[in-house]
Amino acid sequence: MPGLSINSITKRFADFAAVDDISLSVPDGKFVCLLGPSGCGKTTLLRMIAGLEEPTSGAIVLDGDDITRVPTHKRNLGMVFQSLALFPHLTVGENIAYALRIRGASKDDQRKRVDELLAMIHLTGFADRPVAKLSGGQRQRVAIARALALSPKLFLLDEPLSALDAKLREAMQVELRQLQQRLGITTIVVTHDQREAMTMADLVVVMGKGKILQAASPIEIYRKPADAFVADFIGITNLLPAEADSAGRTTVLGAAVPGVALPTGSAKATISIRPEDIHFSSPGAGAIAGTVSFVRDLGGTVETFVEAGGTTIVAVATPRERPNVSVGQAIGVVLPPESCVVLQP
Amino acid sequence: MRREPPRSLADYAPLFFPALMLIVFFVVPFSIMIAVSFFKRNPAGFYTPDFVFDNYARFLTTFFGSVLGFSLLLAILVAVCCVVIAFPFTYLLTKRSRAVQTVWLVGLLSVLSLSEVIIGFAWSTLFSRTAGITNLFVAIGLMKEPVALLPSFWAVLTGMVYQALPYTILVLYPALVRLDPTLLEAARTLGASPVRAFFNVVTPALRNTIVATLIMVFVFALGSYLLPQILGRPSNWTLSVLITDQAIYQSNMPFAAAMAVFLVLISLALVGLTLLAGRKENAL
Amino acid sequence: MTVLRRLYFILVALFLAAPLIVVAGVSVNQKQELTFPPKGFSLAWYGQIFNDPEWRLALIHSVTLAICSAAIAVAIALPLAWFLWRRIAPWANIFQVLGLAPFILPPVITALGFLSFWATVGLFGQFYTAIISHAIFFVTLPLVTLSLGFASIDRSLVEAASTMGADDRAVLKTVVLPLILPYLVSGFAFAFVLSLNEYIVAYMTIGFTTETLPIKIFNALRYGYTPTMAAVSIFFVTVAALVFGAIAYFGDIRRLLGAMSSDTE
Repeated sequence: MPGLSINSITKRFADFAAVDDISLSVPDGKFVCLLGPSGCGKTTLLRMIAGLEEPTSGAIVLDGDDITRVPTHKRNLGMVFQSLALFPHLTVGENIAYALRIRGASKDDQRKRVDELLAMIHLTGFADRPVAKLSGGQRQRVAIARALALSPKLFLLDEPLSALDAKLREAMQVELRQLQQRLGITTIVVTHDQREAMTMADLVVVMGKGKILQAASPIEIYRKPADAFVADFIGITNLLPAEADSAGRTTVLGAAVPGVALPTGSAKATISIRPEDIHFSSPGAGAIAGTVSFVRDLGGTVETFVEAGGTTIVAVATPRERPNVSVGQAIGVVLPPESCVVLQP
Repeated sequence: MRREPPRSLADYAPLFFPALMLIVFFVVPFSIMIAVSFFKRNPAGFYTPDFVFDNYARFLTTFFGSVLGFSLLLAILVAVCCVVIAFPFTYLLTKRSRAVQTVWLVGLLSVLSLSEVIIGFAWSTLFSRTAGITNLFVAIGLMKEPVALLPSFWAVLTGMVYQALPYTILVLYPALVRLDPTLLEAARTLGASPVRAFFNVVTPALRNTIVATLIMVFVFALGSYLLPQILGRPSNWTLSVLITDQAIYQSNMPFAAAMAVFLVLISLALVGLTLLAGRKENAL
Repeated sequence: MTVLRRLYFILVALFLAAPLIVVAGVSVNQKQELTFPPKGFSLAWYGQIFNDPEWRLALIHSVTLAICSAAIAVAIALPLAWFLWRRIAPWANIFQVLGLAPFILPPVITALGFLSFWATVGLFGQFYTAIISHAIFFVTLPLVTLSLGFASIDRSLVEAASTMGADDRAVLKTVVLPLILPYLVSGFAFAFVLSLNEYIVAYMTIGFTTETLPIKIFNALRYGYTPTMAAVSIFFVTVAALVFGAIAYFGDIRRLLGAMSSDTE
């Protein structure tokens, strides 16, 4: 079976499980983002796939071969490190040609491949520059080209864009995704930036405390988060208490939300609703009663903060549909039932 | 790369040559020296194997006691002088530009690497009647005629401070160059003058470093074997000079070895103290 | 404040330079006498180091001793430092302590240890015994610089090399050795300069049979001064300053001496 499969992998450091019994299957040619806060085990998982850490138990299978005990240098993979790890004593060309040189490729073959790769990353003519003379974005590209020099089966990146400034980072995300689609290479990226994951990934794997919390497509993770942690970690959300009233209807902060069913057997739950799904109305029936506490006008979007029932609800709108409200005004907050996600407790 | 414990014999291979060399040519000689300290003197050769405490018993004489006492006092005096001069100097040096620091470090290393023979010769020249500093004083009218400033205790002390000063500065340098500059800036914003900040903030923050440096320079000064001989009178000789003298000129290896073992014990005890002081520093 | 600080620097500089200035002055005296300021000017005494057979022999001995012992010291320190960096083996630190000990202990003790050893095994007086003794005595220097060098290697460089197919040996050849080369060279240079200047260990191993320059100076001291001694001293200071200057120029001497990184400016 082509692709990467991870079977019940665990990594313990002393008595702390950095990765705790994780299983995951990555189809051939897909782009996967391991996403989570620092210390969630995502980097350890990536390093085990690379062979840089040895799993305490479990197996890693690549294209049907168990590679769990295969040393890193025999795994045929390309990796980009957080520090980039470009060799300071080698030129750009020598860095990119490193894997070919190790395998004893001829100088001519090395030169040819280096030129190809430099063209791919739009740095033609940079082969003889020292690495230290490159800008951050250029170093980034060289690290990527170097990792892809041998067209590996697996492309691993550990927080590859964290050293770049925000603008360049976003541009590189697009470039990286386009490159991956062109080459069709199975790619795994570790990141703590949910925007980055949403931009690039076919499959987002949200991790926390050494476990996988949810693995799904970006839009599914966003629209249907599995729990409060995922909902809160991916984008901005409102987590609101929902309960069943005496008539069995579901209410949120005193207002009925028809069509939203609580899990069977429980009278209370938390719902998640994205800020862009919230509408305002005049106070009254069917709406949550609240008071506008702050309006943040960012130009491109307008965020309205409403105090209601002891919590703050945030709504986002484009300037065109800008709500006509001011601080201190009493308003009604409407939650469209189809946008409410009932979270597992 | 994972750092991992060695698993096979091949993993240990890099250790073979260094371990062999260090054991055969350092551990073994050291052990032999300890053994020799219990041997008997043989005026015709080096020693006759035996097991006697005579060599150690000689420590109990007043002569040996006074040499030991003088050696320790001299080394303490050198250590104190060096640290008093070097600490503010090194502090000021770390505040200078990189280029200035580099030039100074090159100069200090050059002086530090000088043979004790050359230092002794240079100072004996500087303190001599014919080519010495007193000629300069005569030239500018401070003195009537040049005099020899050696042999004397002060000449020995000066020579040894000269020898140990670069060492002291280089020992202090890492600690001072890594000192958090915001510490001082904080003191300055609270109204302390640079000099006050130096004494109230820098000095207490590096108290353990200073103690450790004092001990290291003390051990360094204990090792001076030629300067007391070249610049001083026999009454200014130290334990190190005495060891050299006994081993080479009196051909009394066992007694020299016994004194060396004794000196090792003193040095080791003090190096141990240094490490302890260093550990406390790190724990803070 | 600035004036005081400048004065302090000048005084320390003067203290460190004064004996050398006087010796430099003495070394250019026209006649064979020890006067300062020098009478006349002559560089003949520098020529003596190379022309006088005795001084030239001592110079050859010293340089041979320094080159060979520094090379052996590096050969001992390199695999040891590499092993300590590459492997987790806490007990192996004992060898690091052994490598540092000869330098921390008073030199007389180490010298006496060598004297007892070579006398006991019956090789006392052979020239190579001094080479080995110096190699052990100065192994500390390359050990310290190389340990620093290894510590300065970003381990992700090694990991990157292994993801690109390099095994342990290839990593050593293509990444580790090129990166620690400056530290290796400075370790050798430190050991070389100190061996050149070393007296007591050389004296206690081969002092009765062979003269190195420091031994020759000391022996000559007892029979009165010659300006050649002064010339040799200045020659030594110059060599040391050139070597350390080169290290500073091509490498980062501040880092070698304990400053954390090169970019603190």
